[in-house]
Amino acid sequence: MAKQVLVIEDEPNIVAAISFILSRDGWTVGTHANGETAVQAVLEAKPDALILDVMLPGRSGYDILQDLRAHELTRRLPVLMLTARGQRTDREQAERLGVNRFMTKPFSNAEVVETLNELVPG
Amino acid sequence: MLSFNTLVAVCLLYVILLFLVAFGADRSAARNKNRFLSSPLIYTLSLSVYCTAWTFYGAVGYAARSGLEFVTIYLGPTLVMIGWWWFLRKLVRVGRAQRVTSIADLLSSRYGKSNLLGVIVTLIAVIGTTPYIALQLQSVTLAFSVFARDRSAGWSVPDLDATALWVAGGLALFTILFGTRNLDVNERHHGVVTAIAVEAVVKLVALLAVGIFVVWGVGGGPAGIAQAVDQAMRAAPDGAWSITGGRWVGLTFLSAAAFLTLPRMFHVLVVENLGERQLAVASWAFPTYLFLMSLFVVPIAVVGLGTLPAGENPDLFVLTIPLHFDQDGLAMLSFLGGFSSATSMVIVASIALATMVSNHIIMPLWLSIRPEEATVSGDVRQVLLAARRLSIIGVLVLGYLYFRMSGGGTALAAIGMISFTGVAQVLPAMAGGLLWRGASRNGAAAGLVTGFIVWAYTLFLPSFGDAGLMSASLLAEGPLGLAWLKPQALFGVTGLDPVVHAVFWSMILNSFAFVGVSLVSFPGPLERLQGAQFVNVLDHTHQTQGGIASAAVAEDLLVMAQRTMGADAAQTLFQTQASAQGKEGYLPDTTPDFMARLERELSGSVGAATAHAMIAQIMGGATVSVDDLMAVADETQQMLVYSSQLEAKQKELTTTARQLSAANEKLTKLSIQKDAFLSQISHELRTPMTSIRAFSEILRDGGIRDAEAAEKHASIIHDEALRLTRLLDDLLDLSVLEHGQVQLNPQREVLSKVLDRAVAATQSLIVAEDLRIHRDLAREQIVIATDTDRLAQVFINLIANAAKYGDAKFKRLTIRVGVRDGVLRIDFVDNGSGIPTESQVMIFEKFSRLTDNAAAGGAGLGLAICREVMDRLGGAITYLPGQRGAAFRVTLPLEKIPHRG
Repeated sequence: MAKQVLVIEDEPNIVAAISFILSRDGWTVGTHANGETAVQAVLEAKPDALILDVMLPGRSGYDILQDLRAHELTRRLPVLMLTARGQRTDREQAERLGVNRFMTKPFSNAEVVETLNELVPG
Repeated sequence: MLSFNTLVAVCLLYVILLFLVAFGADRSAARNKNRFLSSPLIYTLSLSVYCTAWTFYGAVGYAARSGLEFVTIYLGPTLVMIGWWWFLRKLVRVGRAQRVTSIADLLSSRYGKSNLLGVIVTLIAVIGTTPYIALQLQSVTLAFSVFARDRSAGWSVPDLDATALWVAGGLALFTILFGTRNLDVNERHHGVVTAIAVEAVVKLVALLAVGIFVVWGVGGGPAGIAQAVDQAMRAAPDGAWSITGGRWVGLTFLSAAAFLTLPRMFHVLVVENLGERQLAVASWAFPTYLFLMSLFVVPIAVVGLGTLPAGENPDLFVLTIPLHFDQDGLAMLSFLGGFSSATSMVIVASIALATMVSNHIIMPLWLSIRPEEATVSGDVRQVLLAARRLSIIGVLVLGYLYFRMSGGGTALAAIGMISFTGVAQVLPAMAGGLLWRGASRNGAAAGLVTGFIVWAYTLFLPSFGDAGLMSASLLAEGPLGLAWLKPQALFGVTGLDPVVHAVFWSMILNSFAFVGVSLVSFPGPLERLQGAQFVNVLDHTHQTQGGIASAAVAEDLLVMAQRTMGADAAQTLFQTQASAQGKEGYLPDTTPDFMARLERELSGSVGAATAHAMIAQIMGGATVSVDDLMAVADETQQMLVYSSQLEAKQKELTTTARQLSAANEKLTKLSIQKDAFLSQISHELRTPMTSIRAFSEILRDGGIRDAEAAEKHASIIHDEALRLTRLLDDLLDLSVLEHGQVQLNPQREVLSKVLDRAVAATQSLIVAEDLRIHRDLAREQIVIATDTDRLAQVFINLIANAAKYGDAKFKRLTIRVGVRDGVLRIDFVDNGSGIPTESQVMIFEKFSRLTDNAAAGGAGLGLAICREVMDRLGGAITYLPGQRGAAFRVTLPLEKIPHRG
């Protein structure tokens, strides 16, 4: 059974790129572009891993992460956060909220795939 | 023959006449009707109280004994009057400015309102004047005795002591009636002064009449008189008629000093003075009077010596010559002249002395006994009047007792000299106080006491002779055999006339003590203030006719009030009050109403207690020093100025603070925005970069067999590269616009065409967002001349914003065009929810973007660019609130458009 990843990202071209490289690696990729409904989408999709953008319309990635960590079902969900804002405070905030991995855009395709495979081995 | 009864009847009639004159003058003055009363003539005549019975009778005796030396008695006052501009004017000005009531008051006031000095001067004056009053009583008695002599018929009452008592009693009555009728603050007595002026005329007429009778009726004209003078000089004892320089200078100085310091002279000169005009006239008129008074002295003396039997008293020649030649009428006139001289002196002297005694001795004592009732109830005036009346009686009783004690043995002139020397002791302190700021209270007291003691020791006590307080041995050998302390030969100085000796030593030691102690003692603040006011009186007071005392006080009050309330407020108050009193200028009379009002006003600034103390100080009587109060007032004023400045500053500060707060708020927002923008710009740059990198890596890795997919990836890379370029273009555009380096290309174009181009440029976005645009083409047919490409850029931004950010279900944008006051207005109004009020001020700032909507595709630079563009075009872009949706108004002045055909 293929590992499933949900990509929460509002930039269509980036969604396209991530979907392409992870599909190619054998992941099942789901996407969601709206911050407000993101938590609901995660709970419904029950993915093995989550790729989360920070600047989303409606709700920020930090708020979404906080909710997920507070929720029983998603407390241990591996989360890779991607942000276009490269400041140190962003990384610190994400780690305080319990992120698993934090990467700054633009990213290396191979690194994203590698990181996800580390987070969800086997 | 004159009977005693006739003489008494004439005297009584004369006295009744004087009463009527005084009474009429007082009534006239009360009605303020008679200008004559304040004329220089009355003033000049009143100065004739200088010429007492001593000068009327005694001058002839003096001339008979010592030749021309009697002239010194007239020379001193003449010099003082001629030099009035230098000293007398200052004295009178100070006296009026300080409301001086007596010479004791002058010194007390000058030296820090010291009552000690007042008491000393009063005592000196009383002791110095008492013999003089006795002298007047003696002269009247002697005059009676002359009539009594040889005429037993009709002279049933030749008791001389009783005569003196009657005269003293009558004078006391007159003085009390007219000297204490009312308590005028300025101590002016119109009735008395006018009566004295009448007496002055009687004196002069009497003496001139006797003189004319003597010269042309007896002496055989001027030639005969000259002969008689020669005869008299030969007959006189050796050296008696010769002129000695030392005595002349000494006696002239003495008479000048006495003219200024005698209580009665000070009273008529200064206290009764009604203006400097009087002084100016008197400066020549009074010497003229003295000249006339002295004109026939020598002829009468030499004719008397030549025609009357030997042993006849020369002091009574004025009476005995007419009687000798059976000129009863002339003798009567002469008697009235002498009577006038005596009475006028006694009246004025007792008024002056009574003022001093009651003000400086009785009242302070009485107030210290019953201080509370005195200040609360109004009976001070009654007490003061009673004190005056008692003092007058006391002074006359003293004079009478002295008359009885001395037994009338001493020559008239000698008594006069003793008095002169005594009161002259006041001169150093008085002149020093007016001319020298360094003069101090202690110095004045030391000088006065020293001079007084020396005078008493060298002149006054020895004058009683063996019967008095000094034994013959003390006079001859000095106390305890110390020859250098002999009363009439101090420090071994012998051979001087006793009077000159006494004048010399008393004035020298007095002056030394005065100057010496002044130099080593430090005057208090009030003393310094008074000193400055006395010495500089001519600099800062102006001569006015009457009421100057009040004005001087009002001026002090104004100075104080200005320091306390501020110059404008004080001047307004004083001017208003003055005009309410019907006066011009800034100095109202110090009426109770005004004082109460002023105290209320001052209370508002410094509190009631301080205000009361301040006014009490200036009005006189308080113990706080004026300097201290001035300092308080200065501080208060500074505080008031400071606090009003503070208030203004506070308002200013509040405004500034509000502005600062607004600016700060804006700055904070801008700062936050700038931080946000850095994140934003990072985001805006990194987002396309992410896509570009991701897809370029995919293409680089190869393995993509689907050509269509590869093409799609490449086109994404291309699109994102364009997006990056656009962002960079916007940033550069804004930078250029902000730095004013933009090149404008103005051209003429119809507005609708420009809008058409803008709509066309955003066509794909309009279609994508399903935006409907409503335009009124007819109104858009306006030719504009500007950089229409830049204007189109603004329009594009606004249309794109409406398309991207409009949140209505069916997006609609209305473009309205209008012209108002020569300004073209293009409004862009959409049907969305609009922009929140708090954001409206921020939207034109750089980097501001209200949402994170990446689809907007901008970094929040659009409206900032629009604002810069419109600024360059000479127009403006503003947010138009209250239009339901988002509404922007672009304005462009049409006048600025150059018309080209």
